[in-house]
Amino acid sequence: MLVAIAFLVVVILISTAIGPADLSLSTVVEVLLSHLPLLHLHSSVSALDQAIVWQIRLPRVVLAVLVGSMLALGGASYQGVFRNPLADPYLLGVAAGAGLGATIAIVTPSGFSEFLPLAAFLGGVVAVALTYLTGAKASGHSSGPSIILAGVAVAAIFTAIQTNIQQQHAADLQPVYSWILGSLSVATWSDVTLILPYVVLSAAILLAHRRLLDVLRLGEEEAMTLGVNPNRVRLVVVAAATMGTAAAVSVSGLIGFVGIIVPHLVRLTANASYRVVLPVSLVSGASFLVLADLCARMVDAPGEVPLGVVTAFIGGPFFIFVLRSRRSHQGVL
Amino acid sequence: MVDDDVTSSDLVRGQIELHDVLVHYHDSVALNSVTHRVDFGEWLGLIGANGAGKSTLLRAIARLVGYQGSIRIHGCETRSMHRREFARLVAYVPQNPQFPAQMRAIDYVALGRTPYQGYFGAESEHDRERCAALLARLGMSHLILRPLSTMSGGELQRLVLSRALAQEAPILLLDEPTSAMDLGRRVEALELVDELRVERQLTVVSTLHDLTLAAQFVDRVLLLAKGSVVADGVPDVVLIEESLNQHFDVKVEILRSTDNGIVVVPRRSRKKVHHD
Repeated sequence: MLVAIAFLVVVILISTAIGPADLSLSTVVEVLLSHLPLLHLHSSVSALDQAIVWQIRLPRVVLAVLVGSMLALGGASYQGVFRNPLADPYLLGVAAGAGLGATIAIVTPSGFSEFLPLAAFLGGVVAVALTYLTGAKASGHSSGPSIILAGVAVAAIFTAIQTNIQQQHAADLQPVYSWILGSLSVATWSDVTLILPYVVLSAAILLAHRRLLDVLRLGEEEAMTLGVNPNRVRLVVVAAATMGTAAAVSVSGLIGFVGIIVPHLVRLTANASYRVVLPVSLVSGASFLVLADLCARMVDAPGEVPLGVVTAFIGGPFFIFVLRSRRSHQGVL
Repeated sequence: MVDDDVTSSDLVRGQIELHDVLVHYHDSVALNSVTHRVDFGEWLGLIGANGAGKSTLLRAIARLVGYQGSIRIHGCETRSMHRREFARLVAYVPQNPQFPAQMRAIDYVALGRTPYQGYFGAESEHDRERCAALLARLGMSHLILRPLSTMSGGELQRLVLSRALAQEAPILLLDEPTSAMDLGRRVEALELVDELRVERQLTVVSTLHDLTLAAQFVDRVLLLAKGSVVADGVPDVVLIEESLNQHFDVKVEILRSTDNGIVVVPRRSRKKVHHD
């Protein structure tokens, strides 16, 4: 855990220092310290460099931290709730719902696009709520295949509507497409403050449930005889993970694979109890996305590779690796 | 609520009173009007053919199936207890427990402390120490940090028992604790349960298929058939040829071992056919 936190700090500093304008690490540290309250350090850094660090680089890095940690934590939580190693935070349709919400916001004329994050957030939450209601009703309890199938169905419906709207507004194809691929290129402090409360609340709730996710792994009956209500735990965890994930993707777009790769990496290196996997995934997810975003803006500089493309490019091969190694260690979960 | 003749509340700590307990599965009756009292510190064995209602009765006591009638522990109706309060009174070990493969032994056993932790709480140093002491008591100190996937069947059996004991409940329910074990491991497991029962003053209710072993370990036996109690008493009284023949639908012979223990031998009904 301490290693993961230390690594994150280093990654944040390096990532803030690297960019088209060359800044040294000490400049970055100085600017950061000068913004700390109570310290009143007089900074010798030029106003331009200050602005680059504080207004351009740092919001982007901080946003990557929030989104990355939320997606990784959400993924680990979903894997625990559904006891399925391939579950990711988009399993119940949050991505399709957010995609539809964002598309509607983009194609609506008269500057409605300011509400893009709100529309994406609402779309994601509505999709998951629909999935949960139909899936839980079909099976009588809230785990297992019926809810995952309901997720597939809801996602298909939302994607179909989204595709249809997108085709009818061909002029807006470009912004819709780039939102779906995911990017942090226009990150500002207002994005950070917009999603911060949701991410913090969601993370707090999920981390508080880390033991109960372990209890669920014993099965329904044993969980009940230990004084736990499995359905309630699943409902709370899914609701919290959905809220956080929907908030994260509302500003970043649909960044894939973080929610699967990071928890699996954590499981391979740390012990497999959710009491450890959840907090370490949170921190490692942040590091992972900061690094991925650094790749996204540096690989093809001064152009940008969509962030979703970077994570998928790393995620795809990793996925194959996990599937192959599952044969040797029986059962990743 | 509490019997007048009982002065110390400790005496009824592990007492279970079943009154007219009835369980339906869809439209068939799985358990029909069972009335019985399990005394503090007693080991009650539930026996009967498959489908007789042994597991159903155990699961009704564990609140895992809905029932009509009344089940009281410590004089209190169990269905009106809070689930965490109930979990501190009754620990249940299912027939086929699930073992998360990569979890470490100590983390697994610590899950037994769940009823003592707040909804958002974490296990304390105290909880960890208790679990480590339990593992040591069951001879597993050296396995504390090992993942469950590396353990043998016997080790897992002791581990699930440790997890149940970590609940520190006065009542221990065991569903077929010796299924899928070889002869030696069966005796070992039951002896361990018996030692712990005496040491920790537990009331134990278990279903058991092996009647010869049941006769050696349990204090009382309930013989169930088609959801009803058909015999009740000490093993010597219940394990008799007529009723076993009738309710297990097989010819059995009761023999006596050299120390006068009961040996139940099922016999084949047709002669062996020889090929030549």
